[in-house]
Amino acid sequence: MMPEGLRKELEARIKEADHARECVVDVMYALQKHYGYLSDEAVLEVASLLGMTALEVDELATFYDFIYREPVGKYVIHACDGVVCWMFGEESLLDYLCNKLNVTVGETTPDGLFTVLPTVCIGYCDHAPAVLVNGRFYGSLTPEKIDAMIEELKRVPSPLVADR
Amino acid sequence: MIPVDVKVLFKNAQPGRPATFDEYCRGGGYQALSEAIRKLAPKDVTRKVKDSGLRGRGGAGFPAGLKWAGIPEKAGFPRYVIANTDEMEPGTFKDRVLVNTDPHMVIEGTILAGYAVSAQRGIFFIRPSYETDAELLERELQVARAAGYLGKNILGSDFSFDIVVHRSGGRYICGEATAQVNAIMGNRPHPIKGGPHMAEQGLWKRPTLVNNVETLACAPHILQHGPEWFKSLAKTETGAGTKLYGVSGKVHQPGCYELPMGTRLGEIIEEAAGGMMRGSEFKAALPGGASTAFMPKQYYDIEMDFEALKKAGHRLGTGSIVVFDRQSCLVAATLNLTEFFVRESCGLCTPCREGLPFIRDLLWRIENGEGKEGFIPMLREMSAHMRHAYCAFAPGAAEPVEGLLLYFEEEIREHISQRKCPFGEHGTDHAETHH
Repeated sequence: MMPEGLRKELEARIKEADHARECVVDVMYALQKHYGYLSDEAVLEVASLLGMTALEVDELATFYDFIYREPVGKYVIHACDGVVCWMFGEESLLDYLCNKLNVTVGETTPDGLFTVLPTVCIGYCDHAPAVLVNGRFYGSLTPEKIDAMIEELKRVPSPLVADR
Repeated sequence: MIPVDVKVLFKNAQPGRPATFDEYCRGGGYQALSEAIRKLAPKDVTRKVKDSGLRGRGGAGFPAGLKWAGIPEKAGFPRYVIANTDEMEPGTFKDRVLVNTDPHMVIEGTILAGYAVSAQRGIFFIRPSYETDAELLERELQVARAAGYLGKNILGSDFSFDIVVHRSGGRYICGEATAQVNAIMGNRPHPIKGGPHMAEQGLWKRPTLVNNVETLACAPHILQHGPEWFKSLAKTETGAGTKLYGVSGKVHQPGCYELPMGTRLGEIIEEAAGGMMRGSEFKAALPGGASTAFMPKQYYDIEMDFEALKKAGHRLGTGSIVVFDRQSCLVAATLNLTEFFVRESCGLCTPCREGLPFIRDLLWRIENGEGKEGFIPMLREMSAHMRHAYCAFAPGAAEPVEGLLLYFEEEIREHISQRKCPFGEHGTDHAETHH
């Protein structure tokens, strides 16, 4: 169950909006941040906060790329597979990343740290190949830079600035 | 003759950080808004934008002034201006660069649009990959508000207008205006067939203007220096203003470059982007993102503006140039592009939902040595069906396929006759990188 403080905060935010429903993505993000992903329980809570049916919420939750309906790691590595990153060897880098973490696409490492998800063009084509990790770009990647990125993320104790 | 290095949208650019409010104001920022509010009626603002020849920078190239004038004076209230910051066209990153270069320029442009159509509320609709930009905009909106450029009775006038940042959950289709409106209303964001008349029945069934942020950023300059000046910035008769050309792919210096509208493709690649990468030779370019057709070498000198490309059977799209070299397999590239469209299709209408996977399957088989001669006419037929879709998504998806068929049919045939990709396993040579 979501904490009372969070509920109050979200209720206030919804009340402030011109139309409650325009907050639905923000509310999904907030509960996703709380639970680590948008759990079934969270879907019901979003629905009740906004006066929507659970089906209406799930219809949105399953449509959007950055709403996770299954548990994900602390860091979600969105690996760009757009055409420019493809040109610069995104496929073999994705293989390298998955092998390194010993996961397949969509899986989470057993320590709960990393999930790898291929993602449409992230708008970093001038630094291809690139990935987005919790809102932060890593560009011009090579296997060595991927090693360094993973080491860095393992060391960071708290989530990144743009973390959801 | 305007010098080539004229900077309008990037005139306040600071290395490695966004221009501040003070820097923007020192460069003449917010003067256009102050003048407009004091001296111009909303319809005069619209007329100036119309006279400037400014065309939409988000891909479709619709004349901006006409769109603004499309909201009838007697239409109801409240009215909305949506600054489309969703930028998800593969190969396109100009709006990210623009927002990060001068956030107040897009803010002032949005307020001016709001004034011109007598709107009360502006909305930056922004993709989750650009979360840091969303935070930047929220911070700078607060600065603009504190300075009296946003909120109730702006600069002591009757005009009240405020802007919020709306975060998307992230899907390409949300860039389409009617889908974007659905997304903001908390509906499943699919486009609305035929498009309701946004000017009267847009967001919450109210008059709504949707413009790309690069388009909006041009407005302050048009008002400050006049429509004729803006027109004269372009290299071509039919063009107007400068353009943020994104260049990526096999060039020496990928990036986003502000150049006069109508600058030749070859000039953009050689002078702005430093030429091809060492050891690479130009083969083709997508002129404006994933939903435009490949342009082969014969178009190397084409003037990159809406009309010149249209005349040649191409589209400027977002003006984001993706450059392929001779080591790149264009069948594999088209397969990658089609995979993108298959994944991002909203699934609402049949041609798009069913047709695109069919095209993907044909391309996959050709790329993997299982192609047959008969696949070529099938690709042609299926691409033509994309025209029957509800929105511009599927016709856009068909464009690279049609370009491949038109200019590189021989390359498709080589795949079929050799029963493999002539370029090797991944269809592109990875030896060259920018590192």
